[in-house]
Amino acid sequence: MLGMIARRFALGLVTVWLVSVIIFLGVEALPGDACTAILERDAHGEALAACREAMGLDTPALARYAEWAAGVVQGEFGMSAGGQESIAQMVGYRVRNSLLLAAGALAVGIPLAITLGVVAGLARDRWPDLLFSTGAILAMTIPEFVAATVLILVFAIWLGWVPAIVLTPADAPPLEFFPEFILASTVLTMLMIAHVMRMIRASVIEAMASEYVQMATLKGVPYWRIVFRHALPNALLPAINVIALTVAWLLGGVVVVEVVFNYPGLGRLLVDAISERDLPVVQAVTMIVAATYVGVNLVADILSLALNPRLRSHRARQA
Amino acid sequence: MTAQPPLIDISGLRVGFRGRSGAMLPVLHEVDLAVRRGESVGIVGESGSGKSTLALAAMGYLRHGLARLDGVARFDGQDMFALAQPELARIRGGKLGLIPQNSGQALTPTQRIGAQIAESLRLHCDHDPASHRDRACDLLAQVRLPDPDTILRRYPHELSGGQQQRVAIAMALAGEPEALLLDEPTTGLDVTTQAHILALLRGLARERDMAMVYVSHDLGVIAQVCDRVHVLYAGETVLAGPARAVLTTPAHPYASALLAAIPGLGDRALPRALEGRPPTPDMARTGCAFAPRCGLATDDCRAAAPPMASTPDGQRARCLYPDKVAPPAASQGDRPATAADGPPLLTTQALSVRYDSPGLLARLRGRPRAPATVAGIDLALRRGETLGLVGESGSGKSTILRAIAGLLPPAGGQIGLADGTDLATAAERRRPETLRRIQMIFQNPDESLNPRQTVGDILAQPLRLYFGLRGQPCRDRAADLLETVRLGAHYLDRLPGQLSGGEKQRVAVARAFAAGPEAVLCDEITSALDVSVQAAVLELLNDLKARHGTGFVFVSHDLTVVRALSDRVAVLYQGRICEAGPTDAVFAPPHHPYTDVLLGAVLAPDPDHAPRLLAEDAAELSPPARGCPFQRRCPVKCGTICETDTPPARETADGHVIRCHIPLADLRGRETGQTAS
Amino acid sequence: MSGAAISVRARAGGVLRDMLARPSGAIGLFLVTFHLALAILSPWVVPYDYKAMDATGTLAGPSAAHWLGTDHLGRDVLTRVMLGGREALLITGIATPVALVWGGLAGVWLGLRGGWPDEVAMRLVDAFLALPGILPLLVLITVFGTGGEVLLPTLAFFFGIPVIRVARAAAHEVVARDFISAARARGHRPLDIVRREILPNVTDTLLVEGAMRWSWMLLGFSALSFLGFGVSPPRPDWGLMVSDARVYMSLAPLGVIAPVVALSTLIIGINLTADALAKTLGLDRARKAVI
Repeated sequence: MLGMIARRFALGLVTVWLVSVIIFLGVEALPGDACTAILERDAHGEALAACREAMGLDTPALARYAEWAAGVVQGEFGMSAGGQESIAQMVGYRVRNSLLLAAGALAVGIPLAITLGVVAGLARDRWPDLLFSTGAILAMTIPEFVAATVLILVFAIWLGWVPAIVLTPADAPPLEFFPEFILASTVLTMLMIAHVMRMIRASVIEAMASEYVQMATLKGVPYWRIVFRHALPNALLPAINVIALTVAWLLGGVVVVEVVFNYPGLGRLLVDAISERDLPVVQAVTMIVAATYVGVNLVADILSLALNPRLRSHRARQA
Repeated sequence: MTAQPPLIDISGLRVGFRGRSGAMLPVLHEVDLAVRRGESVGIVGESGSGKSTLALAAMGYLRHGLARLDGVARFDGQDMFALAQPELARIRGGKLGLIPQNSGQALTPTQRIGAQIAESLRLHCDHDPASHRDRACDLLAQVRLPDPDTILRRYPHELSGGQQQRVAIAMALAGEPEALLLDEPTTGLDVTTQAHILALLRGLARERDMAMVYVSHDLGVIAQVCDRVHVLYAGETVLAGPARAVLTTPAHPYASALLAAIPGLGDRALPRALEGRPPTPDMARTGCAFAPRCGLATDDCRAAAPPMASTPDGQRARCLYPDKVAPPAASQGDRPATAADGPPLLTTQALSVRYDSPGLLARLRGRPRAPATVAGIDLALRRGETLGLVGESGSGKSTILRAIAGLLPPAGGQIGLADGTDLATAAERRRPETLRRIQMIFQNPDESLNPRQTVGDILAQPLRLYFGLRGQPCRDRAADLLETVRLGAHYLDRLPGQLSGGEKQRVAVARAFAAGPEAVLCDEITSALDVSVQAAVLELLNDLKARHGTGFVFVSHDLTVVRALSDRVAVLYQGRICEAGPTDAVFAPPHHPYTDVLLGAVLAPDPDHAPRLLAEDAAELSPPARGCPFQRRCPVKCGTICETDTPPARETADGHVIRCHIPLADLRGRETGQTAS
Repeated sequence: MSGAAISVRARAGGVLRDMLARPSGAIGLFLVTFHLALAILSPWVVPYDYKAMDATGTLAGPSAAHWLGTDHLGRDVLTRVMLGGREALLITGIATPVALVWGGLAGVWLGLRGGWPDEVAMRLVDAFLALPGILPLLVLITVFGTGGEVLLPTLAFFFGIPVIRVARAAAHEVVARDFISAARARGHRPLDIVRREILPNVTDTLLVEGAMRWSWMLLGFSALSFLGFGVSPPRPDWGLMVSDARVYMSLAPLGVIAPVVALSTLIIGINLTADALAKTLGLDRARKAVI
């Protein structure tokens, strides 16, 4: 089994490396570079050449990539396009804030999603299932910006419980933007629950229809024991991978929510950076998000291996 | 028998499901079943007969979508369909146990064996929980599983089929049952394993005075273990009575036809086929369900459903003419003489195939490679001849076919056609003309036909590929092909999902013959079919062989079928040939020790026949690196030479070759498993 | 072959009938058809020009002249809502089939081919999927502009990548079956095998996947417009309308509610249709055989 874990790990590293290459090449391929963005209309002739030399943009791409990659590995992302701020500093607090958001959504969402999914699966086609499934479909169809906007409408404008816009800076202690955090988290949680719940429901239905559950029934095992000891362990195994994917989605889909709530996280930083053509920042944030995604998937893979006896065993019979 | 009420008492049971149109479609029509303590009863039927439904109903259980329309199912006097859940749970797995058909699927994959057996013990026994482990070991020992400690710690997928089945039996025994329901308990197991499991079950039934209900389509299995037999046809009991009477002089035409359709080891010719197929639940029924296929049917039969009639020998038959039923006709005469002549049209020499390819790391480390999956295969197929390849799982018989067909690359040796064409290339690289000459038919008709293509499309593929036919000429030729397999031209526009198993397999045969091949490779083509349908397909093959002079390589695990169809036979074990030669010679002594074991394990639908269990039932995962492939299980191993040297090929006068270290004379003198006349 | 054509038509008809028999299918198909009709016919039906600004009242409530009121520039909300889906539906309506076709073919080919190309391709797919969803779209649009000619290929490319995964898995399932081995043994060319044997068996999965992709693409498109990276003003678009109107939500909530309802009903319609399609085609992994 250690061999399989090592292989997964190596593949993960390859993927992260590929991502870095794609990002770098992508940025290279775009017309213009940091200098054209800074100088804008003045980007030509001597001024352009001087800028490029100052920023090190005149060295060959491969060398720049190597330098950048080496930096990334050490956590050193360089400076933002304006040359004003260290990216690492900019990013630091926002990573914390985005992680808080994701963690909040996960902590509430995952247990809730699993519970609802299991209940819906067990009560298939009866009222709990219809209620939860319909709710899930509705939640999935509402875009995040819509949900966010509606929540602001209700809680900020009509009820006035929370201020509508976050004005706190990124490095403020979390308590200061707590109300916005709650709303933003709620939106994310809702959407996440919808996706995960449907998947778990399908998994539970399949497990309950399986032959080993039928056998357990005919062995005289009481219903609830069958559910918890026989069906759920099998039904929830694939959930690990789904949860990993959801975490990945949280990291990506959080962009819109952060913009609506003006939440000081990575997502908003990304959108701002793109608008300002601050490509080094874009590169850095993308790498962080992608690396986290790969890391989470790796953990999920390893967990799957550890918990699923069928994947583990080398003694498995040849078919 | 005393006047005790039966332990299992089902009477007038009607079960059905709601069809698409909303009507209630019946699956069981007023079926009765009574089983006394200590009695073994067999429920026999083909697919769709409702036998599994009946057995599970004894537990008060119906599959999702089925509903009980009428009737009672009692166990020990209690109405199983009226009991409350806790009571029901107490009886199920306790006094009434179930051995499922597919234990591999029926054991929970995420729980260790020990936990699952302990669960049964905890639910149904009052013993001290601390003693569970010892009791579990004890149970495993009773089902003859070696090394119980290790097995308890394993997961279900880590065991072989035979081991899984024994674990299921142990789990059922944990509840100290008074009765056991066994749903096709040996289907899918090797012949030798099957014989061991049945012997085990018989022994347990006797020791514990348990009632047993065996559900099976295999009359050989039923004959081995049952005192009484129920025959189900299209959801009705058509015959019930003592096993001996039912199996030798059945009082219902269906039972008689079923028995006639089973090839026997003593037969040299093909069994008799039963035409047509049973009615499906959505077809309205007046009169006897079997009448459309019955030779004795009269207008009275078709007018009203016959009541059960008793016969002098204790049978009850749902027939108006039970005394007119002919005993199952032994297949007459000999195998149809085939004009097998000329030089071999297909040969292999020292063919070997590997499944594993060692990774770069292993090669660098210089590890010796595992022995080839299949090695040293010398075969020769002549025109118009059927060559049978027989063996159990792991024997490599399918692998050989796939290598010949070009689906697997040979690791060594040669495969060639008569005119020198080399077949040791992948199918993708062979010339179309070469491909046309060799065609293959697969085991499972559900899998070998594209569910999205009509029969016409399916037949058009080879016609278009090899002959460039299109449009109307193509369709006409396809209709002709359907004629030759006895399906009407109206099948052209049907989808495989609308055909029965037997019909689908006929389409597969037609597809193979569309190319006008010289040799057809048949990979277990009858194994997935009902018995009565098998005979029809075999008859068809023989017919085509006689007409076109095609050669067949016929692979099967079923010795009786191979015997009935083949001119020459090769017996395989772990990918090596043990014995080969003309069929009659191979099936007569002297035998290779493995052939002996195989023949001994074959079950005939004859209560007086007892199989001989010669070798241990141990699954082998791979062939030994050196020496004789059978060395680890051979009951007459003659010493270390079997482990070190490849056995020499010993030849008898009639072209019969046995690869064994034991000289022919000694093999001849030994007692043999089954003497085939 | 005539047989194949007949059976495909008959099957499509049967599937449609079954879907309409289900409540989810009926509602879903109705909603989708309604929106499609609206998108096509709206230019001839709208009461006002979408650019026309009514000087008399901005952020007005519902009235006889403006059934849903006006927005912050005095434009008729009803008109803009009716027209708001056109661009989204046009672009996603073309991009989705393109994504499906390219992702589907690539996935099926990879599923059949296996070996090194498959390994390499899957690593690339994983890498692309690791990028935070909206990012590449944002970057490309920033650089190349927001015209349809940028949005369409960008959406088609990036939304096709997850389709590769699904198509590959479906192809794997089909390739393991004997009728593929039979075709290989007969010596059909790989391209023929893909076309005749594999594709007809994966179309079901791809259809359902395509429906879901379309709904996600619409959501993505709306999000892009919302962020200012999609449809450019003054052209009407639901996402853009929400973005513009949310600042004035307390004064004129209809400006937000109307486009939200329009977008949501379309998405719900597509999702319900996809759900019903999956159930009808038996992809729902529902009950086992009855007998």
